[in-house]
Amino acid sequence: MNRVLASLSRVWAVFMKELVQMRRDRLTFGMMFGIPIVQLILFGFAINTDPKHLPAALVVEENTPIVRTLVKSLETSGYYDFVLSTDDPRQSADLLAEGKVAFVVSIPAGFTRGLIRGDHPQILIEADASDPSASSNALFLAQTILSQSLRHDLKDVTITQAGESDPFELVLQPNFNPERITSYNIVPGLLGVILTMTLVMITGMAMTREVEQGTMENLLAMPARPGEVMLGKILPYVLVGAMQTAVILIAAQVLFHVPFAGSLWVLLLGVTIFVIANLALGFTFSTIAKSQMQAMQLTFFFFLPSLLLSGFMFPFRGMPGWAQSIGEVLPLTHFLRIVRGVMLKDASFEQLHAPFLMMSLFTAAVTAIAMLRYRRTLD
Amino acid sequence: MNDELAIDVRGLVKRFANKTAVGGVDIQMPRGAVWGFLGPNGSGKTTTIRMICGLLKATEGEGTCLGFDIRRDTDRIKARTGYMTQKFSFWSDMTIRENLEFVARLYRLPDLKPTVDETLDKLGLTHRQGQLAGALSGGWKQRMALAAVTMHRPQLLLLDEPTAGVDPLARREFWDEIHAFASDGMTVLVSTHYMDEAERCDRIAYLANGKKIAEGRVEDILARSGLITFRGEGADVRRLSELLKGKPGLDHVAYFGAALHVSGKDRSKLQAGLASVGASDVVWQEVRPSLEDAFIALMSEAGADTRVHA
Ligand SMILES: Nc1ncnc2c1ncn2[C@@H]1O[C@H](COP(=O)(O)OP(=O)(O)OP(=O)(O)O)[C@@H](O)[C@H]1O
Ligand SMILES: [Mg+2]
Repeated sequence: MNRVLASLSRVWAVFMKELVQMRRDRLTFGMMFGIPIVQLILFGFAINTDPKHLPAALVVEENTPIVRTLVKSLETSGYYDFVLSTDDPRQSADLLAEGKVAFVVSIPAGFTRGLIRGDHPQILIEADASDPSASSNALFLAQTILSQSLRHDLKDVTITQAGESDPFELVLQPNFNPERITSYNIVPGLLGVILTMTLVMITGMAMTREVEQGTMENLLAMPARPGEVMLGKILPYVLVGAMQTAVILIAAQVLFHVPFAGSLWVLLLGVTIFVIANLALGFTFSTIAKSQMQAMQLTFFFFLPSLLLSGFMFPFRGMPGWAQSIGEVLPLTHFLRIVRGVMLKDASFEQLHAPFLMMSLFTAAVTAIAMLRYRRTLD
Repeated sequence: MNDELAIDVRGLVKRFANKTAVGGVDIQMPRGAVWGFLGPNGSGKTTTIRMICGLLKATEGEGTCLGFDIRRDTDRIKARTGYMTQKFSFWSDMTIRENLEFVARLYRLPDLKPTVDETLDKLGLTHRQGQLAGALSGGWKQRMALAAVTMHRPQLLLLDEPTAGVDPLARREFWDEIHAFASDGMTVLVSTHYMDEAERCDRIAYLANGKKIAEGRVEDILARSGLITFRGEGADVRRLSELLKGKPGLDHVAYFGAALHVSGKDRSKLQAGLASVGASDVVWQEVRPSLEDAFIALMSEAGADTRVHA
């Protein structure tokens, strides 16, 4: 009991010291709250934009009034700007691959005849979905635009109607990125990304700064054990993480009207474990790195795969197997499942126990490495 | 284990990747003593001190510090030792008070505020307590560091060049404080390059090239060096120094202000040497050899066998 108390009071000593230093380091302090706000605003624009006038290519193999009307309706919707009309599908495919057009709309030969006969001919819209937020609205609305156009502009044309369904079949083919991320996915995901970036970086400096400023020798000469130093250095940033979380969740509600379907408590538990996982990782980096510069590099070395392979940028299931395996190790992957599950799908704790377990395992493993790596001497 | 000894280490060796910093040092230092630790730059003073207080693992050798094993019991040693590093190692982005409070908390001192207040007061730092430690001048930094490492009343004080770059008056006050701590029962090991400070110690140990080449009271070391020194004064000393250098039996020729000190081990050769430069108005008089000359003599005597690195 006495030993625990002694240990806790040393944790307290380090904790207070870190608070003092954190408060005095205005730049870092500002960064901890500046980064979330700037990122939210930047990504907020991406969310609110409903990009229009996207370049498109048209592959038409016949030129009838009905086809012209349909093409016109896409154009007047404001989403599609046809920059090229061709009858060579290879030319349009190249343009799509090069990113010169965002869509290729193909209307095959015999479309008009098939339409009138009630054969449900196909219209194909291929999209460059590598930037899903750019193309999703245009794709989403295509069906409505086309069928309204048929109903209103062509009501004089006799079409053999088969019930209420549209007389044509619209085939949407998002290329390069089969799953489309909806905008609501981004803000909850951003919570994870911001916490990862700021917290790993800040604790990454924790020990390297002591080494670089020559204060490590003093710290080591005093009777503080590795776990006490680690806990004392991490705790202030748990508070920082909590404040960042509050800022982002409030912004998600107020600015972006992201729904909050599930339990706040499950989310907060997830945030807490995730924050500790990142802080422990940062601390581990700082026991490996020889300088603050190296700690920074390690942080980015970790941050990049987190961003790319966690399912934040690209849909997790769309990634190849090896990338998914890496992704499964990253705490951000599991945090995204929790935060999206709770906020968007009202997932319960039981339904999320797997990501909770994985995040906890990661934290335990990283902490163990930090304790092994922590140098108790100057050697 | 000897309870009378504050430090009892034998055969300490520290090898870094490509060099041997300490090549087998023994220290048996009784409790309550004030010892000086001397030696040229790079002789291994700092490295030895770090091994004693558990900051470096000795490559070879063993021993105890305050009765605790220097390899296994470092936590206990740290709790009872105050180590003032050669380079200022307190947190420069915290104020003096915040630094002291951190130390007080880490050592779990009762009555945090009064203890810190008292420490500040005793060292005359009360009016500067709100100043950032990094903004202090060299002398004040050293005083703050001394205050910080003694706040928990350690049994052993390890001071690594605590007065480097400190003005003479502050140095004298610093030494008064060291002796005050010693009379409170603390054991103090001070490394220094100042010979006058060496003379303030009960005993000194002299390191060269990672080995201890002399240890004892200043008088004993002077006697052991076997040096005889003559002091010459007069208008002609500057011309004489050129003539005297290199003469057989005249090992050291050095200025002391306007006077010339000439030392050697063989009295007759020394006197013959002095006579050979001929009649002049310089008056020669035998004086106590300086510690510096004694050390230089000891080093050249110890010669190549103390060289631990080629
Ligand atoms: N971490 C280290 N890695 C490699 N070599 C080291 C290390 N620390 C010290 N040394 C070397 O060991 C030798 C002894 O150094 P040490 O600092 O103990 O000397 P010192 O007597 O304290 O010198 P000074 O009077 O200049 O402070 C030096 O040659 C130094 O370069
Ligand atoms: Mg030194």
